[in-house]
Amino acid sequence: MEKFEPVIVAFCCHYCAYTAADMAGSMRLSYPTNVKIVRVPCSGKVDSIHMLKALEKGADGVLVAGCLEGDCHFKNGNTKAVKRVTFVRKLLEEIGIEPERLSMVTMSAGMGMRFAQIANEFTAQIRKLGPNPVCAGIEARTKSSKVA
Amino acid sequence: MITAERKPIAEIIDSIDSCRRILLVGCNECVTVCAAGGRKEVATLASALQMDFMKRGKTIEIREMTLERQCDPEYVEQLAPFIDQVDAVISMACGCGVQEVVRRFKAKRVYPAVNTKFMGASERPGVWAERCHGCGNCLLGLTGGICPIARCSKRLMNGPCGGSSKGKCEISSEVDCVWQLIWDRLKELGIQDKYEDIILAKDWSTERGGGPRRIVREDLA
Repeated sequence: MEKFEPVIVAFCCHYCAYTAADMAGSMRLSYPTNVKIVRVPCSGKVDSIHMLKALEKGADGVLVAGCLEGDCHFKNGNTKAVKRVTFVRKLLEEIGIEPERLSMVTMSAGMGMRFAQIANEFTAQIRKLGPNPVCAGIEARTKSSKVA
Repeated sequence: MITAERKPIAEIIDSIDSCRRILLVGCNECVTVCAAGGRKEVATLASALQMDFMKRGKTIEIREMTLERQCDPEYVEQLAPFIDQVDAVISMACGCGVQEVVRRFKAKRVYPAVNTKFMGASERPGVWAERCHGCGNCLLGLTGGICPIARCSKRLMNGPCGGSSKGKCEISSEVDCVWQLIWDRLKELGIQDKYEDIILAKDWSTERGGGPRRIVREDLA
C-alpha cells in the first residue's frame, strides 16, 4: 500500500512568509516537498473561497502564512486573515471536515528556520489526519462505479 | 437593508440531499451588504456543499448565479434559461426574493438558504443592528430621528421604563435604552421640551398586525 503523501497549499504573504520560505531555501534548510507555496501580496488577500477551493480541489491541508502580529506590511491584513481562517474552520466543522486541515501561521521575513519548522510540523500533522475526506469520497465512488 | 444570516449547512443539505443538479442564486442587494447571500457567499456555500457531497461519495452539479435583486420579476426572469436544467433552486435572498422565484417558477422546488432577520443598518463593518419595524406610520420626526418601536424592547412610546440603567436596557447590557438615546438626541438638538409632548396610543392597523400589506401607486400601476 503506497504511503499517503499529503498535498499542502501554503498561501504565503510576499513581505514575510514568502521571504522566510526563500530564506529557508538560502539556508539550505530542508522542508517537505508536500508544501506548495502560493505567493500573495498579503495574507489579508486570501479570501474564504481560496481556502475552500484548495480543499475542494483535493489539497489535504491549507496554510495561510502572514506577518507577525503588528508587523503586517499593509497594517492589519494578517488580522483579517486570522478572522477569515477562524470563520472557514467553523464552516469546515459544519460540513464534517477536520478544521485542523486549515491553519494560520505568522512569522517574520528573517525566520527561515521557523518556516521550515512549520512546514515540517504541519505536514506531519496532516499526514496523521490522513487524506482529505473529499478525495476519499470521490475515489470510493470511482472504484464502485468501475466494479459495477 | 433587510438583514439575514445563512442557515446551518446541515439544514440546507437536508433540503437538497436528493438533488443531483441545483441552481444556487444569490442577490446583489441587501444580503450582499450583510454578507449573507451575495456572490461571495454563493461561491462559499457552493464549495461547502460540493465538499460535503464529495465526502459522501456523491456529486452534485451546482450552477451559481447572483441576480441584481430577487424581489423584482424582471431580474428573476433571468433564471428562466437555466431552470429546466436543475432539480431545485436554493435562494440566498431574503424571504421576499425566495417567494418571487417561487411565484415565477411554480413547478420548481425552491429552498431558502438564509434566515431573514430584520430591517437594519450597518453600525460598523460586520455589525448590523435593527432599526426599523415597518410600523407603517413613521414617528421618527417626534423622537429626534430614533425609533422607539424598533429599538425599545417594550416599544414604549413615551419615555423609558424603570429598567433603564446607565443608558442600557434591562434585557441586556449590549442593548441601548433607546429612550436614553432619544433624550440625548433631543438635548443635542436643543428641543428637549418636545420630550413632554405625549405620543398618543398608536394605531397598529398600519403594521403587519393589520394584515399583509400592499402599496399601489395609481400613477405607476
